[in-house]
Amino acid sequence: MFKQRFLVVALLLTATALYAETPAEKGLAIAVEMDKRDTGWGDSRSEMLMTLRNAYGQESKRQIRSRNLEVKGDGDKSLTIFDQPRDVKGTAFLSFTHAKGQDDQWLYLPALKRVKRISSSNKSGPFMGSEFAFEDISSQEVEKYTYKYLRDEKLDGLDCFVVERKPTYEHSGYTRMVSWIDKEKYRAVKIEYYDRKDSLLKTLRLLDYKLYLGKYWRTHRMEMLNHQTKKSTVLEFNNFSFKTGLTDRDFDKNALKRLR
Amino acid sequence: MKKYLLIIACLLPVMHSARAEWSGYTALEYRNFFEPAADPRQPDNTGSLILQPEYHYQWDNGRQIFSFIPYYRVDQYDDERSHGDIRELAWVSAAESWELRLGVRKVFWGVTESTHLVDIINQTDLVENPDGEDKLGQPMLNLALIGNYGTLDLFVLPMFRERTFPGVEGRPRLATIVDTRQDALYESDKKDQHVDYAVRWSKSMGILDIGLSHFYGTSRDPEFIFVPGPIPSLLPYYKLIHQTGLDLQVTSEGWLWKLEAVKRSGTNIDYAAATAGLEYTLYGIGGSTTDVGLVVEYMYDDRNKLATTPFNNDLLVGLRFTFNDTQSTDALIGLIYDREYGSTVYSIEAGRRLGDRWKLSVEGRFYRDIDPLDNVLYSLRKEDYLQMELALYF
Repeated sequence: MFKQRFLVVALLLTATALYAETPAEKGLAIAVEMDKRDTGWGDSRSEMLMTLRNAYGQESKRQIRSRNLEVKGDGDKSLTIFDQPRDVKGTAFLSFTHAKGQDDQWLYLPALKRVKRISSSNKSGPFMGSEFAFEDISSQEVEKYTYKYLRDEKLDGLDCFVVERKPTYEHSGYTRMVSWIDKEKYRAVKIEYYDRKDSLLKTLRLLDYKLYLGKYWRTHRMEMLNHQTKKSTVLEFNNFSFKTGLTDRDFDKNALKRLR
Repeated sequence: MKKYLLIIACLLPVMHSARAEWSGYTALEYRNFFEPAADPRQPDNTGSLILQPEYHYQWDNGRQIFSFIPYYRVDQYDDERSHGDIRELAWVSAAESWELRLGVRKVFWGVTESTHLVDIINQTDLVENPDGEDKLGQPMLNLALIGNYGTLDLFVLPMFRERTFPGVEGRPRLATIVDTRQDALYESDKKDQHVDYAVRWSKSMGILDIGLSHFYGTSRDPEFIFVPGPIPSLLPYYKLIHQTGLDLQVTSEGWLWKLEAVKRSGTNIDYAAATAGLEYTLYGIGGSTTDVGLVVEYMYDDRNKLATTPFNNDLLVGLRFTFNDTQSTDALIGLIYDREYGSTVYSIEAGRRLGDRWKLSVEGRFYRDIDPLDNVLYSLRKEDYLQMELALYF
């Protein structure tokens, strides 16, 4: 898979040199380059504060810890631990993303000490009652979309590629997404989500990028606005750390049960 | 100076990774029965106060954990239901290829929703709830061996815990009181000091999650000895049993296919029992954020009418509503239908968070068309109840 991606890149680069790219080729090349630049980070830990705001401005907060493990040749593994609200404290969500086929997901319910294997078909459902769907926050694998480069455009003074993506997986809540990608650093700064009827549903802004290990950019603030319900969710990230020594063992059912 | 800085620098990660934390909840529960009790000593409604603090301390980068979870309930009337327990008092040490877990703990095995046939490590804390899903802490030594082969859990279980039963004022309960004030009867000479053993292999393979287990020791389910007298009572009698269990789940797209099966010997009659079913969830019904899950399970016990469980040839049909709102509102409504006698138990469970720290839960059970021959359920035929719980999490 990994080698194939490089082959695709190599082929695309040659193609660029010799012929004019089609919009699909250019869109894919941008996605592959983004993925390539985000390769080799190993594992990471971070903390998230999620603020949900309804149309009347009422707020509700959630605190989450997250751990990620890069998997060579397949999708990443991730672990999400809930600290707040207090009634779900200790609940943990384990996900193995796969480049092809369905993802594997488990939920740990601390009161029952029960690990439940759950269906990963719930792509479009809200994550913790927020405006983020499960598919918005799961590992973004190149193979999960088809691409189309639309245009170049300046956003907040940044030169951006505007690329359209269409999910290739089933059960997505979107027909397409339009991303503004910083041309220099290859990181998304804005994403528009179009619902199943192809009307604009949500806009995500990715802000406060910081550089880690001299190579990897991470957003520290994601603002999602639902245009249809006027609800919004802000995700603030803290305490990112990389190469913390996490292994597959930290992402298994045994580990789920001892997380605190 | 440099030396000290170095020492501090070395200590920092250790201190950073250590994490001590108190949390828990306290709750008020009110349970109301709709019909007068068979025994005038049983009140028609009762209130309870519950406290369950939790202490967790982890160090060694989360590889070692100490946890302590005491529990206490004060019930307005039932002295047996007013009780405390240590739900957890344990130390866990995790390495790459093993985990050692020592102390009082709770362990859950299984996949189905209606019955928990395979789950056998912990004793049921029956006074908590007639559904039997609350468990008493079990002292144990558990070594888990972890590798490509999956997880092999080895258990040594000293100190047997007796099941709790409602007292004279308790509701719902059997017409004849189960006497837990006297010493229970045991098949083993060592009584509650018999050391039990269990082993379980479990593995996730693609869409399949599987578990195979064996237990040898004192049965968690007692048989009863009738003690005649002016006030007759039942004495629990705990036999030594062998139980082999299988649990598996296939998760494919939106479908969950589930099976639990056990074979038990050492009881009055050796028997096999199984529960099989499916769960299918429709996400975002009608463009909303509400998910509706359908649960269908069939329960079977080859002792048929001699089974000590009412669920020997029964069908569960349930609907789970998850509203995915800010307050995490959910509801589960269901019925269990006895295919021989037509007895039906209706059940509703719902919950909603209020603000950030409070949670309101409602639970109800309603018994309809209970056939006098449906032994266990017949004693519950007038025990319809609705209960509300308001919990504060800290």
